[in-house]
Amino acid sequence: MRIALFIARRIAYAIGLLLAVAILNFTLIHLAPGDVVETIVGEMGGASTETIASLRKTYGLDRSFIEQLFIYISRVASGDLGVSTYFNRPVLGLVADRMFATVLLVFTALATAVVLGTFLGVTAARRPSSWLGALVTIVALFGFSAPVFWSGLMLLLLFASVWPILPASGMYDIASGATGFAYALDVAHHLILPAGTLAIIYLALYSRLARASMIEVLGSDYVRTARAKGLSENKVVFKHALRNAVLPVVTIAGLQFSGMLAGAVLVETVFTWPGMGLLAFEAILRRDTQLILGILLLSALLVIVGNLLTDLAYRLIDPRIRTDG
Amino acid sequence: MDRLAASASEARGPWREAWSVFKRNYAALVGLCILALVLTTAIAGPWLYPVDPFDIVGAPKTPPGADADALLGTDYLGRDLLAGIVRGGRPTLMVGFFAAMIATVIGITMGALGGYYGGKVDALLGRITEFFQVLPALLFAMVLVMLFSPSLVTVTFAIGFVAWTSMARLTRAEFLRIKQLEYVRAARAIGSSNSRIIWGVMLPNALPPIIVAATLATGTAILFEAGLSFLGLSDPNVMSWGMMIGSNRNYLREMWWAVTFPGVCIFLTVLAISLVGDGLNDAFNPRLRTR
Repeated sequence: MRIALFIARRIAYAIGLLLAVAILNFTLIHLAPGDVVETIVGEMGGASTETIASLRKTYGLDRSFIEQLFIYISRVASGDLGVSTYFNRPVLGLVADRMFATVLLVFTALATAVVLGTFLGVTAARRPSSWLGALVTIVALFGFSAPVFWSGLMLLLLFASVWPILPASGMYDIASGATGFAYALDVAHHLILPAGTLAIIYLALYSRLARASMIEVLGSDYVRTARAKGLSENKVVFKHALRNAVLPVVTIAGLQFSGMLAGAVLVETVFTWPGMGLLAFEAILRRDTQLILGILLLSALLVIVGNLLTDLAYRLIDPRIRTDG
Repeated sequence: MDRLAASASEARGPWREAWSVFKRNYAALVGLCILALVLTTAIAGPWLYPVDPFDIVGAPKTPPGADADALLGTDYLGRDLLAGIVRGGRPTLMVGFFAAMIATVIGITMGALGGYYGGKVDALLGRITEFFQVLPALLFAMVLVMLFSPSLVTVTFAIGFVAWTSMARLTRAEFLRIKQLEYVRAARAIGSSNSRIIWGVMLPNALPPIIVAATLATGTAILFEAGLSFLGLSDPNVMSWGMMIGSNRNYLREMWWAVTFPGVCIFLTVLAISLVGDGLNDAFNPRLRTR
């Protein structure tokens, strides 16, 4: 019962956040120079004052800011995010079509980074002066410093051009027409480069984090006790220390959806991965205001849902977290 | 660290002590050298190598070394790549630096007020920070730049406006810690005003981690700028490294150099900044030093 109450409160809070994003969206359109009518008149090659006035009335631009905001919010609440001027389709449907590809990309990258990063970090913590320790440092420095779109292009050059073993773009091979399992394999094959590129940044973060917390945990009293009991080193590390050492990694990983989505914009553009990020790039290219604002709103929704699921997972996993959200 | 060394370091003053630690850190010194080179090129480069990066100087897609007029080769239009490299650093560094300043000022203000006053103020500012964390920062910056014409000023403000949340959280945590300390209670006891305590007493003591974070924020801001330019969201009349990568990326297979070199420049610049940032972190945190 308590968990139901918790979920209800979190959902109410999430709706509040979304409302704030919608208000921000509307304010941005309002503040930006030029409006819909000016664009239409510009495309028409000029119009009389009466035509402009009637157009402004049609689009509701003659009403006050608050009135317009209210109309906008109620439209958004009913799922109407406007129509994309370039694709000439409702924004909601356009973005919904692309959402799965982005979620797949981000989730794969996040999972890879967490697992591999923890492994690298823990191994480096056990032998600080080995080559693995140096590798973690190098990977971390590279991941922090290289622009993600550039490392993507470099990987593209290496694995799709110099040594062509991976597909350079897209999500699946249209020509093959594969279905079922073959299709899934094809998608996985196309996923390696973009997900790998996106994972590099977070691999850096998690391996450093895992190393730091593992070093701390290995120096704690209970680990000394476990060693004193005569347990094997592997048992000490993987059974006793790891559980506490990965906690900060999991905590941070839950907070990364927002950053990952931003990184996905660049990665999807590099690899023509048909997700929301590529759609955002296309929207920018065509100056499609309705579309880009719809993407902003829906990606905020994705982040909120992601955070909600993380919160929920914590409550189920860690019995110590029983505070009110 | 033994007690004797600790008292010796106190006697020398924290800033000089920090420098003496910093200068023993080779990685940080290498970073400082790269950074000096990049800055010198950005400032003096246009005089030393006065070629307009938008001028067509030779055949398109000339590989590096093939033409003495364009040592690093030309891009898909036949523009000198070296000229772009020399000029492209200045806008990137300027945007990165000023955007990080804006983010730092916003972040410090939000974090300091929230951490000091607590209660309702903290809750409200916390909600605002959380709101900005929910928006994917790059996407939000893209929207801002698209709606308000791509110029260096717009790009700087857009990045500064989306990149302050981690600074706010850090400052808030520092202020929460420092608030408990005796000298803050002493300041309050002698009747210092709130603003005097926040900006005059607490902020100077919170500075070391803030300086480290601000250094690293400059690196992040540079990556933001590069990403926006790569997507074509920068001043079209100013050549920048990200823009070079963006405009040449469709010819990647035919001319690796036009994409690789500008990327190496961004990478080295941000790398240098993170090395310096790490060095500062070690220098300001004697506890973390030798492990």
